[in-house]
Amino acid sequence: MQIVADIAQCEGLGMCEAMAPDIFEVGPEGHVVIHDPSPDESRRQDLQAAVDSCPVLALTLQD
Amino acid sequence: MRLVVVGASLAGLRAVEAARRAGCTDPITLIGAEQSAPYDRPPLSKALLCADNPAQVLPFHAEGHLRDELGVELRLGTPATGLDVDRREVIVGTERIGYDGLIIATGAAANAWPMGAGVAGVHPLRTAQDALAIRAALDAGARVAVIGAGFIGSEVASAARARDLPVTVIEAAPQPLTRSVGGAVADVLTRLHRTAGVDLRVGTQVTQVHQSPSGVTGLSLSDGSHVPADLVVLGIGARPATGWLRDSGLPLHSDGGVLVDATLATGAPGVYAAGDVAHSPHSVFGDDVLRLEHWTSAAEQGAAAARHLLDPSAARPLQTVPYFWSDWHGHRLQFVGVPSADEVRVIRPEVERFLALYRRGDRVVGAFTINGQREIMRYRRHIVGQAPFEDALAEAAAADAVVA
Ligand SMILES: Cc1cc2nc3c(=O)[nH]c(=O)nc-3n(C[C@H](O)[C@H](O)[C@H](O)COP(=O)(O)OP(=O)(O)OC[C@H]3O[C@@H](n4cnc5c(N)ncnc54)[C@H](O)[C@@H]3O)c2cc1C
Ligand code: SF4
Repeated sequence: MQIVADIAQCEGLGMCEAMAPDIFEVGPEGHVVIHDPSPDESRRQDLQAAVDSCPVLALTLQD
Repeated sequence: MRLVVVGASLAGLRAVEAARRAGCTDPITLIGAEQSAPYDRPPLSKALLCADNPAQVLPFHAEGHLRDELGVELRLGTPATGLDVDRREVIVGTERIGYDGLIIATGAAANAWPMGAGVAGVHPLRTAQDALAIRAALDAGARVAVIGAGFIGSEVASAARARDLPVTVIEAAPQPLTRSVGGAVADVLTRLHRTAGVDLRVGTQVTQVHQSPSGVTGLSLSDGSHVPADLVVLGIGARPATGWLRDSGLPLHSDGGVLVDATLATGAPGVYAAGDVAHSPHSVFGDDVLRLEHWTSAAEQGAAAARHLLDPSAARPLQTVPYFWSDWHGHRLQFVGVPSADEVRVIRPEVERFLALYRRGDRVVGAFTINGQREIMRYRRHIVGQAPFEDALAEAAAADAVVA
């Protein structure tokens, strides 16, 4: 499972950070920084929640 | 189970997607009043009004994707006109569409402004069509008047100022957005507008609309002044689009919204509601019943309604923490939580890095930031955890230490 962020799309709205703070953080440039791009399968629900919560659809989950 | 979703926008689309993701392979029908496939509304008052961007609204997914990939039967441009909960049928004109499960996601529609009815150049801003009309007027260099200093009106004012067009914002209340953010914060918002060159008239109402054969020419105001304008944008709020439910017997709020429980169930068998249309109890905030008009809530509720409908035994109360953002004059405004509080404490008054925290009893229930992208979600954690106000204050002090 791989999490991909489209930085050009990301507006740093931070919803992904709210859903999974250990994996996403809004960084100094105001864009998402992904701490762990391929998290354990057990985190799928959190990651899906993060992907779904992004208001600019900047995140995708790839298997 | 035959699933019917009424309202083809964010909440309705998320319901369909979540149903498929949950493994539902049964027929799904999506009924929408607008001609177009679901599209995103926040950009309508932001990116779309910017001269650098194409004047075009793209849907979330093409119709082909909805039909072929998501297997949805699309009924676009055909508003539902009634609901028969006993026979489990949605009425669309003369047709009846049966359902086993129904999700109501008809959102909200812009409030009417009778004084400007039928006058060319006077526009609400709710749909792609509205936004494209406003965009065209801005491209033509219109002098702009905005009625209502809410979020949408203020974003239009920002877009107009970015093009160096003259803008007057007319607000009946003594301050902008007092209801959504509280008085202490309204103050900084007033400053934001005025610094950017917006002529903000608070405590003021329109007394007359002037027009020529080609459309609006200006407004007379209750302060005795006259504002010339070729474009008047209505930012006076929206109300739930539930005319079609009037005779359904479903419990409706006095504003017309659909009342649901914390799992989004209406009480009628198999009927759920989600998004801007729904009033639901918010367990994180003492079960306050709120009808939010926020992107994240509509997305979350749409998906949850579908999951709960497909498997009611697994339904749990949502733990929603309201969140919205708005862009004014190059500044990012963000609010997380609820504004109804015993105290609104301004922690940092500077516009560049404004922070206010909202206290109810000894708990933190809200946070408002300007340009606080790196910070806001830290407060959300305290809010969802129903943490003491002191914890949020400590968080703010820590953030300050990093900046200093
Ligand atoms: C200009 C603008 C800017 C915004 N900016 C932000 C922002 O910055 N941040 C934020 O958090 N939120 C923002 N919002 C709010 C956000 O867009 C809404 O919360 C969200 O669109 C709600 O989605 P919804 O699906 O519940 O309802 P809606 O988007 O209102 O969709 C309801 C759909 O149902 C259809 N419908 C209505 N009646 C019927 C019927 N009888 N039969 C069939 N279909 C029907 C409507 O035509 C519409 O397409 C903004 C909204 C607007 C208009
Ligand atoms: S939610 Fe989306 S826009 Fe916000 S920080 Fe995450 S990726 Fe960026």
